[in-house]
Amino acid sequence: MPKVIYIENNGTEHQVDLPLGATLMEGAVQNDIKGIVAECGGSCMCATCHIYVDEQFMGLLPDMEEEENEMLEGATSERMSNSRLGCQVRISNKLDGVIVRIPEKQ
Amino acid sequence: MSAKVVIIGAGHGGLQAAASLREEGFEGEMVLISEENDLPYQKPPLSKGYLQGKQSEEAILFRSSHFFQNHQIDLRLGVNIAQLDTVGQLVITKEGETIDYTHLILATGATNRKLTMEGAADVLYLRTLADAKAIAHRLETARKVAIIGGGFIGLELAALAQEKDKEVSVIEAQSRLMERVLPAVISDVFQKTHEQNGVQVHLNTLTKSIDNHCVMSKDGKKIEADLILAGIGVIPETSLAEEAGIACENGILVNEFQQTSVANIYAIGDCANHYNAFAQKRLRLESVQNAVDQAKTAVNHVLGKAQPYHAVPWFWTNQYHLKLQMAGISAGFDRYVLRGDVDADKFSVYYFQENRLIAVDSLNRPADHLNARKLLAAQISPTDAQIGDLNVNLNQLLG
Repeated sequence: MPKVIYIENNGTEHQVDLPLGATLMEGAVQNDIKGIVAECGGSCMCATCHIYVDEQFMGLLPDMEEEENEMLEGATSERMSNSRLGCQVRISNKLDGVIVRIPEKQ
Repeated sequence: MSAKVVIIGAGHGGLQAAASLREEGFEGEMVLISEENDLPYQKPPLSKGYLQGKQSEEAILFRSSHFFQNHQIDLRLGVNIAQLDTVGQLVITKEGETIDYTHLILATGATNRKLTMEGAADVLYLRTLADAKAIAHRLETARKVAIIGGGFIGLELAALAQEKDKEVSVIEAQSRLMERVLPAVISDVFQKTHEQNGVQVHLNTLTKSIDNHCVMSKDGKKIEADLILAGIGVIPETSLAEEAGIACENGILVNEFQQTSVANIYAIGDCANHYNAFAQKRLRLESVQNAVDQAKTAVNHVLGKAQPYHAVPWFWTNQYHLKLQMAGISAGFDRYVLRGDVDADKFSVYYFQENRLIAVDSLNRPADHLNARKLLAAQISPTDAQIGDLNVNLNQLLG
């Protein structure tokens, strides 16, 4: 199973294995990573699973749909060039080792 | 006596209360009771991703089973409560076990309103994962699906049945779809989309009886179906509270801290009748947002850092390519202003009451929705010109 390294806003690091096809949001919630709210449960409705993906993995991520792009504009923490919504990124083998940082607020 | 919190119900509210208690540092005992046998799961995906087959049962769980162990949450599955003893501070299960508490949180939710006419026993409803499994099983072989009720649940079921190539009929008593909560400009887009996808929409149609494979309407229509579903609203689950003498009226009455008429008993979520500042009246809300935010409010009060409930209500529904996000409570509006393109199914409706913005519904305009929640929270009302001009970024009004 591919590994994901989540880094909480206070610097706490968690390395977890995710089953193929799980989203980075699901992986965070199921593994008790703090700072991912995911109020809508992965429907791309609430922008509370905002994450920053380590730049070296950005090119490997699935393309962003317009709806995610618009939701990110309204996210609580600042949108950066490596911002994504965790519910829209499914884990794959090529993302093995991906580093995901959690913003200060959702 | 050290604090011990018992939570009845493990839906969005109950689960959030348990999680928030630990997040906020509560170190006492905690019992989370569910009458269902499944690990606590999220309800919105049932009528969407889960029944579509896009989300697995595991994907809709709130947390893995480790979570409950790791946080010393005593999760009791498949446990029915017979009675509350508010004097002795005991919860008594159907099996006769007694569980003591210092604080009790009722997150009992709601149950489906059911049809009572002749033949109604064959109708399926959606509320729980077990309901969804039963519907999924019947959808495997059904060819014709009739859905009684053109509200959110009924229409989400209609959309997913249609996407599975069923012949789908929707039977609605009112003159428009989702009439209770949406204006015609939005109802019409949904009706058009359902019809373009092949759904037969029967408005102003009251169901008289249900025959083996037919829904018979009062005006003589006969709608054939080998699977009949209904989504006609819910009834708050208040029986435990009522029998214990806790004040109820269309739900369990709570104050701004979610306290019921018995001070160390709280009610949250679908079952809680509260004064809502955004609706400016008492009501119950059936939504994830309300359950989650009321859970946090109750937990704060239990922990002695009371903050009154004051969260912008929001809701959503997904049908086909239509994604509708609602912020605030539009009931009682005296006019509305449109932003975006109605013909392209991409617009928002800004509702005003005496020139005060009270709600915004956004169809395929998610950025408007997130902005609207902030505008409503800050009580900022944009002008008609600002709303109507897509070149105006409404986030700039937030300062």
